[in-house]
Amino acid sequence: MKRIYLDHASSMPVDPRVVTFATPYLGEQHGNPSSLHSVGLEAKQAVEDARGKVAALINAENDNTIIFTGGATEANNLAVRGTALRNINTGKVVVASAIEHMSVLNPMKDLQKNGFTFTMIPVDTTGLLDLKKLESTLSKNTTVTSVMYANNEIGTIEPIREISTIVHEKGLYLHVDTTAAAGRIPVDVQKDGIDLLTLSSNDLYGPQGAGALYVKPGVKLQAVLFGGGQERGFRSGTENVFAIAGMGEAARIAKAEMQQESERLIPIRDKLIVELLTIDQSFLTGHPTKRLPHHVSVRFSHIEGESILLNMDMYNIQVSTGSACSSKTLEPSHVLLAIGLKHEEAHGSMVCTLGRSTIMEDVPVVRKAAGETVERLRKLSPLSNEWRK
Amino acid sequence: MAQIGYSKKVMEHFMNPRNVGVIENPDGYGKVGNPVCGDVMEIFISVKDDIITDIKFRTFGCGSAIATSSMVTELAKGKHVDEAMKITRGDVATELEGLPAQKMHCSNLAADALHEAIKDYKKKKENKEKGGEKQ
Repeated sequence: MKRIYLDHASSMPVDPRVVTFATPYLGEQHGNPSSLHSVGLEAKQAVEDARGKVAALINAENDNTIIFTGGATEANNLAVRGTALRNINTGKVVVASAIEHMSVLNPMKDLQKNGFTFTMIPVDTTGLLDLKKLESTLSKNTTVTSVMYANNEIGTIEPIREISTIVHEKGLYLHVDTTAAAGRIPVDVQKDGIDLLTLSSNDLYGPQGAGALYVKPGVKLQAVLFGGGQERGFRSGTENVFAIAGMGEAARIAKAEMQQESERLIPIRDKLIVELLTIDQSFLTGHPTKRLPHHVSVRFSHIEGESILLNMDMYNIQVSTGSACSSKTLEPSHVLLAIGLKHEEAHGSMVCTLGRSTIMEDVPVVRKAAGETVERLRKLSPLSNEWRK
Repeated sequence: MAQIGYSKKVMEHFMNPRNVGVIENPDGYGKVGNPVCGDVMEIFISVKDDIITDIKFRTFGCGSAIATSSMVTELAKGKHVDEAMKITRGDVATELEGLPAQKMHCSNLAADALHEAIKDYKKKKENKEKGGEKQ
């Protein structure tokens, strides 16, 4: 059975061109960028080249706006804690959409220990932010507002420019997590009006172990990790040169090929959605049109997502789910609850994130496997009457 | 070495669950769990001379919920109800060559469903006997 990997939101293969480009930094060019000898300078040059490529992907004002981190989780923590603690004199309120990644929500929750107030802005049933609620919530005491460009679990693309206008009218900072969006849809920090932006290397087909935080010139930020003062003091620790060089090359390729790849994936996405929704009692989650080009998310009544995932894996098709049973916390996805699903509805979710390996010919294979999976699990389920048929 | 994911036995029972279905007019019926939590199990038993002659289950839940249900029906089939009453959650997990730690509680309700079915059987039997005395 051919493997059909539809879990690109969880992890992506590294682009072979990136592997070729970055591999020397594991061997011959192993230098520490802080060393002043020639081997160190080569490594330093690799990091700076990567900085330029990452800056170009998001149209940053200059290369120095990019701080490399160990991944998107660290970049989100730096954005939230770094702005909140640095600007504590202007206020102690942090604000996020209810569908942010845990690496935004949990540092905000943690700031409550430091006396901060944390407010979550709700979304509608398609995942779009409630802009009126955002406007009425923001005050001069708000230090940072975090809204993701697009959501990883339901694929919904947020109206970032409208959100930015609201945030900037109040003179506040907007942090945007683009882990799911960057490299798939155009992101432009200047046109979109973004003050801080999170990027993940692996979500661009780069190596795991690197991420970046864009910080607009003039934004006041402090470090979260302290040490030798690398990354202009904002992220101490010897740079992961291999992963950073790879991230840069991945960003360059993403910028060059994003449009073409999106145009290729959108018809596959749309066909897969149409086909999956022919299954009895299946429903789309997220927005029908304001959706990432590679993102398909549905739910099936009366069955449970971990069982769906395991059963699909038997067909060598890898998907993901927001079910509680597949999570470490045993809570269903906060994103699915935020769009108004009941617990028992959220349990039946299936997420397919397409990638460069996905082809139109995969669609009927996935549809057949999903149909058989749903039928089998419903026959087992006391919540449905399938067994009577 | 820490166990990664489910054991082969769990996956085998998940993919080929034994005794799936319902028994019309069962001698005992037990249902545990709640769809909000993500696990619901029901067990039907037929009993003759206090021996479980047939057993069926239906389960809504994750891989381990389905596998434990299947396993408990195998363990209980052909047993005296008093013996079947002694089957524990731990027995089920052991027979399945272990369950991931976080699954031990939430998804290991199958023994509870069996016990409920046996209690239901005993209650029905008692009521029948009482009814018989009145005649």
